[in-house]
Amino acid sequence: MSNSKMKKLTPTQQEYQKLALAKEPKRPLLINCWHAFVAGGTICLIGQVVQTAFIKWGGFEQKDAGNPTVAVMVILSTILTVLGVYDKLAQWAGAGSAVPVTGFANTMSSAALEHKSEGMVLGVGGKMFKVAGPVIVFGTVAAFIIGILHWVFNPSMGGMV
Amino acid sequence: MLQGHQTWVFQNQPTISGTATVVGPFEGQGPLSNDFDIIHGDLSVGQKSWEKAERTLLEEANKLAIENAGLTKEQINFYLGGDLMDEIISSSFAARTLAVPFLGIFGACSTAMEGLSLASLIIDTNSANYVLASACSHNASAEKQFRYPTEYGAQKPPTAQFTVTGAGSAVVTKGGKGPKVLSATIGRVIDMGLKDPFNMGAAMAPAAVDTIQAHFRDLKLEPSYYDLIVTGDLAKVGYELALELFKKHHFPIAETQYNDCGMMIYDYETQDVQAGGSGCGCSAVVTYGHLFKKLRRGDYKRILVVATGALLSPLSFQQGESIPCIAHAVAIEGGKE
Repeated sequence: MSNSKMKKLTPTQQEYQKLALAKEPKRPLLINCWHAFVAGGTICLIGQVVQTAFIKWGGFEQKDAGNPTVAVMVILSTILTVLGVYDKLAQWAGAGSAVPVTGFANTMSSAALEHKSEGMVLGVGGKMFKVAGPVIVFGTVAAFIIGILHWVFNPSMGGMV
Repeated sequence: MLQGHQTWVFQNQPTISGTATVVGPFEGQGPLSNDFDIIHGDLSVGQKSWEKAERTLLEEANKLAIENAGLTKEQINFYLGGDLMDEIISSSFAARTLAVPFLGIFGACSTAMEGLSLASLIIDTNSANYVLASACSHNASAEKQFRYPTEYGAQKPPTAQFTVTGAGSAVVTKGGKGPKVLSATIGRVIDMGLKDPFNMGAAMAPAAVDTIQAHFRDLKLEPSYYDLIVTGDLAKVGYELALELFKKHHFPIAETQYNDCGMMIYDYETQDVQAGGSGCGCSAVVTYGHLFKKLRRGDYKRILVVATGALLSPLSFQQGESIPCIAHAVAIEGGKE
């Protein structure tokens, strides 16, 4: 916590916060990183197998095979979410299951499942993007900024450099 | 009768003549499974929504507690209930089923003891013959309202707590058989400026310590007066901090046994609950189930139950507010029947 925030607190509060921080069990960072690496890598490996299968047997070109691969991964993730497995996997995997596209599918399917009780329109429709919404909004904003940078620094696009 | 600054001493022996506890599957797999009246194998309790499931637990606990007291619902004068849902819908809807004069109360996870102290006061002042007090929580409905969808994969830090699925009810009567309520200390709201909703034990510990110390100051007692002092849902992190605070304030907690309901209800070895249990149902089912069994058996003569509550809302923490906390203490005397 920054010093400016600490100044607003009374000495007793500051003292207790220091104690609480000292007693707080730390997140096992290295283990979490390792789990994320293994889980994220496994999910990506499965994705790669699916993509290669589409190229080899599905008659897809390398650059077109991405879309059906994402669709398969999304379906797999949704099935695991519905079966109540994905959240348990995530407690172990952390970022490993949150970052790939399967994590994104999980945010939407879990919200849709959860809010089904409030009806199709206000529940499923309205709350489906509860968790995924910020990802889409800030993902689009980031893509826009990167797009501008790409335009500015890419000579073949008629940029300034 | 008021004694000291914030403690009621009950002279007419309000008696808890019937209790009931109803829990979900996860609690049924825990170490206290033999102490609960009904264990549901299905988290949704056969209902279409988590909210309905929570309400069903509460309705079952209310019905059974009244039966266990040898009464019918028509005899109950007042019902005091609260839960964690917005606008305490579980309790209000259960009160609709009971059709008993109802006072809705909210003290977050301290609600069970808030209800029991008020019920005892009502009985002690001859304002009723029979009062029902209850509290409930449901893991999935709490996750849905306060955190993320239940099936959403988010990794929880080791300080996080697991909301108990369960409801506990008690019928307080004038005289009769059963444990007696001796006194109750109403806590004040304590805010140490902590903001992490995934570490509520740390936020609540100072409130628990404040109320416990006020209780002994008001009644001029020593901790050894009780066989057990138990906090509601501080869990591992908050429990350790409470011990530190007792040490700092030179409070002789070591004279007695001190435990926490959030640490008793689950098995840390086999159940993935991070720091431990929480929720209105936590102190309610551990007290009315496990501890009352021991009180009735005579294992404990007197205990002090200190239910702790974090008075935050999803809105308040998203707006960057800190977590105000409260604790209410109720002293109960058992003895063999």
